[in-house]
Amino acid sequence: MNLEIDIRHQAGMLALDACFTIERPGITALFGPSGSGKTTLINAIAGLIRPDDGTITINGTAVFDRKNSIHLPPRQRRVGYVFQDARLFPHLTVRKNLYFAHRRSPNPLPNGEIDAIIAMLGIGGLLSRRPIKLSGGEKQRVSLGRALLGKPDILLLDEPLSALDQARKDEILPYLEALRDQRRLPILYVSHAIDEVARLADNMVVMENGTVRASGSVFDILARTDLAPLTGQFDTGAVIPATVTGHDTAGGITFLDCAGHQLIVPLLGPATPIAPAPATATRLRQTRLHIRARDVMIATTIPDGISANNIVPVTIRNLQPLDHAGMDVALHLGHLATDTANTQKHAPVIHARITGYSASRLNLQPGQQVYAVIKSVTVDGKLRDTDA
Amino acid sequence: MTLSPAEIDALLLSLKIAAVAVAGALPFAIACASLLTFGRFPGRFLIDAIVHLPLILPPVVMGYLLLISFGTRAPIGAWLLHSFDIRLVFSWTGAALASAIVSFPFQVRAIRIALENIDPGLHQAAETLGAGPIDRFINLTLPLALPGIIAGAITAFSASLGEFGAIITFVSNIPGQTRTLPLAIYTAIQTPGGELAAARLAMLSIGLALCGLIISEMMMRGIRRKLTGQVRP
Repeated sequence: MNLEIDIRHQAGMLALDACFTIERPGITALFGPSGSGKTTLINAIAGLIRPDDGTITINGTAVFDRKNSIHLPPRQRRVGYVFQDARLFPHLTVRKNLYFAHRRSPNPLPNGEIDAIIAMLGIGGLLSRRPIKLSGGEKQRVSLGRALLGKPDILLLDEPLSALDQARKDEILPYLEALRDQRRLPILYVSHAIDEVARLADNMVVMENGTVRASGSVFDILARTDLAPLTGQFDTGAVIPATVTGHDTAGGITFLDCAGHQLIVPLLGPATPIAPAPATATRLRQTRLHIRARDVMIATTIPDGISANNIVPVTIRNLQPLDHAGMDVALHLGHLATDTANTQKHAPVIHARITGYSASRLNLQPGQQVYAVIKSVTVDGKLRDTDA
Repeated sequence: MTLSPAEIDALLLSLKIAAVAVAGALPFAIACASLLTFGRFPGRFLIDAIVHLPLILPPVVMGYLLLISFGTRAPIGAWLLHSFDIRLVFSWTGAALASAIVSFPFQVRAIRIALENIDPGLHQAAETLGAGPIDRFINLTLPLALPGIIAGAITAFSASLGEFGAIITFVSNIPGQTRTLPLAIYTAIQTPGGELAAARLAMLSIGLALCGLIISEMMMRGIRRKLTGQVRP
């Protein structure tokens, strides 16, 4: 399963020049501000536009190659496309919309798989309705199902949540997580919302003005301060991998390990409301934490008598002034020796947002060993926050 | 009120001519509207102008033009007569041809507006879901344009029922052959003491028009409810 992109295309003011490769299944976020060329790029992958130059290869098949005059029409590319505005066919029922691609597929999906997809998306009860009778969230789920029933080699999602309000987003996100975890399908997810990317994506490609600024794992990209103005990382904080080490059901807490440091969060349930039970334990063993900068405080000594459960030794990597007298402090987990650059490279980084006044009052310096008081941790899957 | 055989003749003839005219022109109207909506080629403007010509020309001039091209001694008319033994002049088929041409722009305009209103995004979606151009035309374009196609057909049918100038010029006024309702009303008015007959025929025309209006409204509502879930647009 892979996707290789190397294209150039001029569309109005936008000069698209993109080159990257996706080799693993899972979600790759195509992230960037509006007008950075994200939609143009996936339209080129789907075959809806013809780039000026370059090549696009899906699973080893060249679907576009200007030098060899290859430009497969969309229907021959085995690409599933979920549009921002769902684009269900208004004259067809949900059932007929779902089966649209299936009926046209030379190699149709077996019925059992179809039933599984319909069940996964929770749209079994909508089959005889017309699109006009669906809510925005239901439309997007049907649209997702319609694309999946075409048995695509790759799924393209163009900001599928951006037209929805927060309640609808929360309704869809678990389905996208289930899709990521249950189907071995590479997904290219266009988004300009960093919280969605942080929650869903495994890899990300950062676009700016039509070019690829960076690509790699979400953890690596979000840890890069040079990309912070683009990723909005100062608001987001950090996304770091963690392992579930145990539960205390009576106490209602779960223990996590993050680079050798124990963190405590409220008891974790199934990763997603629809994930099958046996998969839950293994799936939860590896998870990711989302620690917002505004939820992290800095203490120079271990604070005593404090309600926050998570106090972690950290080493200041750098301090960066923000607007409004704010200060972003990047922190390596663990007390590290300043000169061991190699150790630092592998230690996860979290961020604290403090005032410039606090920074000067505590006289914080790079390399200083302090403690991070983490007020709240969001764990991948069901959103759960630890209380202060 | 009971209808006389002559009145029934005129009524049935009008309905037959209008129905054949609309049905016969429909495929051409769809093709023409698609060409004008989706086609990008030089000379598009010329086709647009020719299609709309019957709207701006006096019907009598249309009838005259038909006569000089489809008359038995005119080039096309002579060829049809000798090759296929088809004679349009003085026959109801000629009246249907005249009606079809005169009402053609109504069909094309309504279908074209419907085609232009189809979200191109739906075509893109259908493309990514494996539908080729012909598939998309049959399963997406035509069903979505159906309200416009029906609206156009009904307008054209009404226009055909009322056509006078082109028919009388091209195929004359022959009872049972080309004497449609408007021509029968005209004949009754021209006949001394025919006022009552004219009034009865006029009533018939008005009743027919009202029926058409009600049927079309019901059909449009049904389709709209299917597509938008609303009774009113």
